[in-house]
Amino acid sequence: MTAFRLPSGGRIDRGRTLRFRFDGRSYTGYPGDTLASALLANGVHLMGRSFKYHRPRGPVSAGAEEPNALVAVGAGARHTPNLRATQVELYDGLSATSQNRWPSLAFDAGAAGGLLAPLLGAGFYYKTFMAPGGAWHRLYEPAIRRAAGLGTVPGGPDPDTYTQRYAHCDVLVVGAGPAGLAAALAASANGARVFLVDEQAECGGGLLAEPEALIEGKAAAAWLAEALAALAARPGVTILPRTTAFGCFAQNFVGLAERLTDHLAAPLPGLARERLWKLRAGRVVLATGAIERPLVFAANDRPGIMLAGAARGYLARWAVKPGTRAVLAVADDSGYAAARDLARAGVAIAAIAELRPHVACETFGLPVRPATAVVGSIGRLRVAAADLRPIGGDSVGGGGVERVPCDLLLMAGGWTPSLHLFSQARGKPVFDAARAMYLPGEHRPGEAPDGLASAGACRGVFGLAACLEDGYAAGEARGGPATGRRFAVSGDLPPAGGFEGLVPGSPARKAFVDFQNDVQAADITQAVREGFRSIEHVKRYTTTGMATDQGKTSNINALAIAAGALGRPMPAVGLTTFRMPYTPVTFGSFAGHARGELFEPVRRTPMHAWAQARGAVFEDVGQWQRAHHFPAPGEAAADAVARECRAVRQRAGLFDASTLGKIEVVGPDAAAFLDRLYTNSWARLAPGRCRYGLMLNEAGFVMDDGVVGRLAADRFHVTTTSSGAAAVLHHMEDYLQTEFSDLRCWLTSVTEQWAVIAVQGPRARAIVAPLVEGVDLAAFAHMSVAECRVAGFPARLFRVSFTGELGFEINVPAGHGQAVWEAVWAQGKAHGLEPYGTEAMHVLRAEKGYIVVGQDTDGTVTPDDLGLSWAIGKAKPDFVGRRSLTRPDMLAEGRMQLVGLLTDAASAPLEEGAQITAAPPRTGMAAIGHVTSAYRSATLGRPIALALLADGRARIGQTVHIPMPGGSLAATVAGPVFHDPEGARLDG
Amino acid sequence: MLLIRCPVCAMDRPELEFRHAGQAHVARPADPGAVDDAAWAAYLYLRDNPKGVVAERWRHVHGCGRFFNALRHTVSDRILATYPAGASRPEVAP
Repeated sequence: MTAFRLPSGGRIDRGRTLRFRFDGRSYTGYPGDTLASALLANGVHLMGRSFKYHRPRGPVSAGAEEPNALVAVGAGARHTPNLRATQVELYDGLSATSQNRWPSLAFDAGAAGGLLAPLLGAGFYYKTFMAPGGAWHRLYEPAIRRAAGLGTVPGGPDPDTYTQRYAHCDVLVVGAGPAGLAAALAASANGARVFLVDEQAECGGGLLAEPEALIEGKAAAAWLAEALAALAARPGVTILPRTTAFGCFAQNFVGLAERLTDHLAAPLPGLARERLWKLRAGRVVLATGAIERPLVFAANDRPGIMLAGAARGYLARWAVKPGTRAVLAVADDSGYAAARDLARAGVAIAAIAELRPHVACETFGLPVRPATAVVGSIGRLRVAAADLRPIGGDSVGGGGVERVPCDLLLMAGGWTPSLHLFSQARGKPVFDAARAMYLPGEHRPGEAPDGLASAGACRGVFGLAACLEDGYAAGEARGGPATGRRFAVSGDLPPAGGFEGLVPGSPARKAFVDFQNDVQAADITQAVREGFRSIEHVKRYTTTGMATDQGKTSNINALAIAAGALGRPMPAVGLTTFRMPYTPVTFGSFAGHARGELFEPVRRTPMHAWAQARGAVFEDVGQWQRAHHFPAPGEAAADAVARECRAVRQRAGLFDASTLGKIEVVGPDAAAFLDRLYTNSWARLAPGRCRYGLMLNEAGFVMDDGVVGRLAADRFHVTTTSSGAAAVLHHMEDYLQTEFSDLRCWLTSVTEQWAVIAVQGPRARAIVAPLVEGVDLAAFAHMSVAECRVAGFPARLFRVSFTGELGFEINVPAGHGQAVWEAVWAQGKAHGLEPYGTEAMHVLRAEKGYIVVGQDTDGTVTPDDLGLSWAIGKAKPDFVGRRSLTRPDMLAEGRMQLVGLLTDAASAPLEEGAQITAAPPRTGMAAIGHVTSAYRSATLGRPIALALLADGRARIGQTVHIPMPGGSLAATVAGPVFHDPEGARLDG
Repeated sequence: MLLIRCPVCAMDRPELEFRHAGQAHVARPADPGAVDDAAWAAYLYLRDNPKGVVAERWRHVHGCGRFFNALRHTVSDRILATYPAGASRPEVAP
């Protein structure tokens, strides 16, 4: 048995011994231990080093609020940093390491940082390291971050799996202490679906550390076991231990993080490590308890200094004596329960320094010194003595300091109700001045949080009987009769009293308020001296409450010290916002299965496999994977693109255009509907003909474009940009459902239904013709559409061009896409047909000045800016966006207009997005436009670019300048059509 | 995540199924050509931003696909009513 383990008692299984390692040394513990309790049982208090000053630290608590004992568990990819040793469950073979120290925990070279301590006070980031300019980013910040880090990242991608679940229940009870258990019992009495969740491995909360209390004549532990058994027997009840309610959102939507395997030595392979519950509850009962406050005095942070309630917990739950000779600094009656339990376990009580002048509660014959403060401590890696000083009232008394040797110094500073979830749910905390604590405000009808109640210590109700009764009442169904259920309790010593702020008579230096972020009382008073008035500003300046523990033990003390320095009451200084998560939640939990290949859907066209087999290089376009180019073995990308472009211009190219958005618009009013949604006129478009359609938003800016084919009087095949398909359908539905709901037409997305095979180039007709049945291609003019058969399959054949060459787009049902593609490919071989990818497609269309919406437009571009005024149906009285085209700004001079830019034939292509200046660029000069598209044109043997340029059309022929990484380039402004401006090639 | 009652499906569904679509009851003028520039700019760009109840449009985009209106309190995020597009704004206690 280890040195500090009591011979009996505790909620541990002494039948098995667990071996574990901490910083390489071997120790033993028992099932039921936490890492902290097992280390304490071995006499180890030193578990970490502090964030800034690298001061030795041990556990101050026994639970989720732990600021000091942060450890890393596991190795490699399963290395998990910054775990609270007080929450890490022990298992056989566990290996943990301390953090923030080098070379070892006991001898930390970084503690020399203590010598720099005067430089590292509040706001040191902003003051100490100011000059010389630039040194902050290059020198100071990297050095500080190295010295003041917490933990290290894992050594590889997370190998574990995480799962997520949605659930609904009638009542969610958060916290399985006395109030929560009673609430769950009451809520489930009539068969309601109740979730009871608790962050600890074992339900019970405070009941787990009440060795003396009797509830209805039974020991607290026995009552707990019966209550849990009763709940488990009710079919509607779900009890989730190891589950943290980390976030509480609108409409009682609560995030629960359930830890499934971290406590197991050898979890079954494939078992998820954590489960994220997204729970919707009809009602929520918060029974989240209260967190004990440390007392703020000089050197209150040595290992061996801990909260009185934590020491009680270690005794009762894990049969661990946290020391042999204790001094207690007490400002709350609950400290005497700890003193009593320690004394009964054989810990010598050297002194109880009672901050209050009088003690009203039972003191068990222990050596109490009223009106006495602990004002300091000594010791190196463990507390060795406490400095006691008598006080008179609020002012420092005349008495001298007495040094009392001890190896355990306990703080009973009172209890802070846990308002985290209440506050996250937008509840308003109110300040109880008499007890100096924030409590959940009264619920007002119609205001959040609705259907959410607090019970027990988290709303300032203390004592076992009161908590049980408060919890029971909160759990009872709303609208039903309140039973006023009473609980008979004896042997309980309820908290009463408390203190917040700097202990009278103590120096403010090294009196730590926020242990984890090393914030001292002196830092907070300094921040106030420097002019910070709101606690939100004090918090950010000093970083108090900003560590991974979010100030669970520190916020009220920080508030009190700031209020004292400002000479204002606490509520006037404000309360910092409680944010989720209550304790850290792994990224894995949030990601769930949405990682790697499952991160988001991947869309592949029906011909994807063919392109893959041909060695295509793919690019992601939204969720689509598209063939970017088809390199021959050893061929560079630029060479492949140039070859593909030449093939299209000289012979023919084969292109997978299946990603084009497609919407079928059907109904007697289909043409009238399109008349209102597109700038163009559709009424006189004959069936069998196509038209380029331009879509504006109501503000008059181009939002999409595409070819629309009329299949019949009442049926249109609308194509959209690949990335705009969903937005266009949404936009169309919006107008059809709300503004133009009198029109009889229906919209169907058919993007996935049609595979689109584009054949472009002078030989396109010769390649396609032998495969087509039912259309006379000789009479099939440019911008025609026909329903026919291609390669034996039903098809919609379009004669359209996005390259400027003679072109066809063969639409076939997606399932036949690959077959038709291969038929075209076989037919085209003799004609020198080559597949081409999206890059060649972009080059070819840019040579023709065809825009890509979203690349050459940016949501501020009108049809006229693009030179597309011809696409506006002049006779139409109205269409979406029309009225906006005559707003003054749309007609003003200086608008950005689409132009071409020609640089020197030997220069590199311009950078897309590069700014354009009227003269060679220099600092302070305004840009007059920017490059939207830029490529090397194999056809023209030179770089080409499209640009949006202020008054661009009036600048054609002028020289402009484009800053590039290697110096600026001059370019001549040209029209946007570089190749075949007459369009002669469209007919092959 | 909010639970939103789709008035078409008559079901409470998670917010993930819906898409917000801006302020409700901003009717497109019947004859935009007759509207002066200032009024048209107001129609395009000026929206309310109250602390309190707003009427806003939602679309059950991953459900029935229909647009509808909702009254929501911007402080509590409570949705007080949902009703079909075109219906007039119902009276509700805030």
